[in-house]
Amino acid sequence: MVENRPWLTVMAHAVLIAGIAVIAFPLYVTFVASTLTLDQILQVPMPLLPGDRLWENYSRALTAGASGAAAAPVGRMMLNSLVMAVAIALGKIAISLIASFAIVYFRFPFRNFFFWMIFVTLMLPVEVRIIPTYKVVSDLGMLNSYVGLTLPLIASATATFLFRQFFLTIPEELAEAARIDGAGPMRFFFDVVLPLSKTSMAALFVIQFIYGWNQYLWPLLITTEESMYTAVIGIKRMILGGDALTEWNVVMATAMLALLPPALVVVLMQKWFVKGLVETEK
Amino acid sequence: MEKRVVFRSAWLPYALLAPQIAVTIIFFFWPAAQAIWFSFQLQDAFGLHTEFVGLKNFSDLLRDGNYLASFKTTAVFSVLVAGSGIAVSLVLATMADRVIRGALAYKTLLIWPYAVAPAVAGVLWAFLFAPSIGIVTYVIRKAGYNWDWVLQGDQAMLLVVMAATWKQISYNFLFFLAGLQSIPRSLVEAAAIDGAGPARRFWTIVFPLLSPTTFFLLVVNIVYAFFDTFGVIDSTTQGGPAGATQILVYKVYYDGVKSADLGGSSAQSVILMLIVIALTVAQFRFIERKVQY
Repeated sequence: MVENRPWLTVMAHAVLIAGIAVIAFPLYVTFVASTLTLDQILQVPMPLLPGDRLWENYSRALTAGASGAAAAPVGRMMLNSLVMAVAIALGKIAISLIASFAIVYFRFPFRNFFFWMIFVTLMLPVEVRIIPTYKVVSDLGMLNSYVGLTLPLIASATATFLFRQFFLTIPEELAEAARIDGAGPMRFFFDVVLPLSKTSMAALFVIQFIYGWNQYLWPLLITTEESMYTAVIGIKRMILGGDALTEWNVVMATAMLALLPPALVVVLMQKWFVKGLVETEK
Repeated sequence: MEKRVVFRSAWLPYALLAPQIAVTIIFFFWPAAQAIWFSFQLQDAFGLHTEFVGLKNFSDLLRDGNYLASFKTTAVFSVLVAGSGIAVSLVLATMADRVIRGALAYKTLLIWPYAVAPAVAGVLWAFLFAPSIGIVTYVIRKAGYNWDWVLQGDQAMLLVVMAATWKQISYNFLFFLAGLQSIPRSLVEAAAIDGAGPARRFWTIVFPLLSPTTFFLLVVNIVYAFFDTFGVIDSTTQGGPAGATQILVYKVYYDGVKSADLGGSSAQSVILMLIVIALTVAQFRFIERKVQY
């Protein structure tokens, strides 16, 4: 603080509190709705204090889902989301780690060509090649499978850049010492590079876990069986036309369940989250 | 920057690169090439007959009023999302940079929306503003306004902008906060000694020094509004009413998946690819030059 201006500090607190209140309001209403009966939600205005149906709504959502054409238990969907998020995060880290190790620690023909190939994928988000990618995955027989959900999304230019930047900061002396001691490249990779990369990997894991959990368009395209829906897709499928037809209490419980895991990851692993966010954008 | 000390092997680097390159070719380059190839073709609805038509799909698109309207919708949407997101988070970050007590608690309470999926964010906001049961709708009606985004295009746009901005505030906030904290205290202190008040200090010192961050966030937010908001749109308005919120990405999806117009959808994909390439180049130029005045 440059100078003491008490009213400015008070204003800063007031603005922050107001901002947080506005930002948290949708979440609060969602939570309240997930503890009410459907009748209570449908009476306008709905109560703004939590009701007593928390347990019923959540257990209904987890084991049965909202009634309607596409009813499916959310427990299964959350498992699918978890598998997808973890597989994408670990897959991206694994293949980017070895790819950037090759690019930094070896000289070989077409090195720059491969680097640029990975770079260009930044410019081809799934949204711009929806149908051809769907065709490829369908031709490979990967529809409605975990492989189809994860494999097409694990190529990562950002993770490759991040590890490349990091490897470039590893002191030359370590590689020199390893070579003098007669260690081969893979020995050096496992004994030196991998332990040093732990924090970068943790930061990347947090970011990619959220990315994987929150995928929408891709699972929407390639999952047609209810047993393969992810939690985010499940909510969409539960909302039927018309406010009165949808079982909002169960839908809102599902929404809470779908947003809780990534939100907890962000809040509990805040340090790594911030590090990952800032570094992947460098 | 290059390493002086490297390892030698004729095959190992290729083996290490193989998984990444394989995924890249099979799921990125091959489909992108196909999108370009399809964009020059015309298919009948059942995919039985294909004909090479050159640039016809593109010229059809550019003469299609719906497509041009979708361009305009996307422009309005992304400017609103980027503009309001940046403005709100700059205010919050400036305040958070000032407070000392409770700084961590404020930060934690502001960053969690990043974790919410765009589609879930859409559901949350659509519920608040639902035409018949929404709690905010109730307040707006009490105040004497007519609110029904299912029928009113402008209101539908407002809804998706709010939902999309809400999700992105955390991201902008963190980058602004980092930017603010890297501004040398001595500059601000010198201005204070010379008698510049807080507002003057902000506009003549802090804001110009933040310009690299602001430019960077502008590009990132536009990219976000273009591509990552598909979930927001699909879980709320689905492009409606009457195309009022049909952004380009949603139209590619709708024409390709729902209407099975392969050629037209692919031509739109190709145009979108050109836009992404332009935005990515802009993003990297800004980062490289670190825009400083």
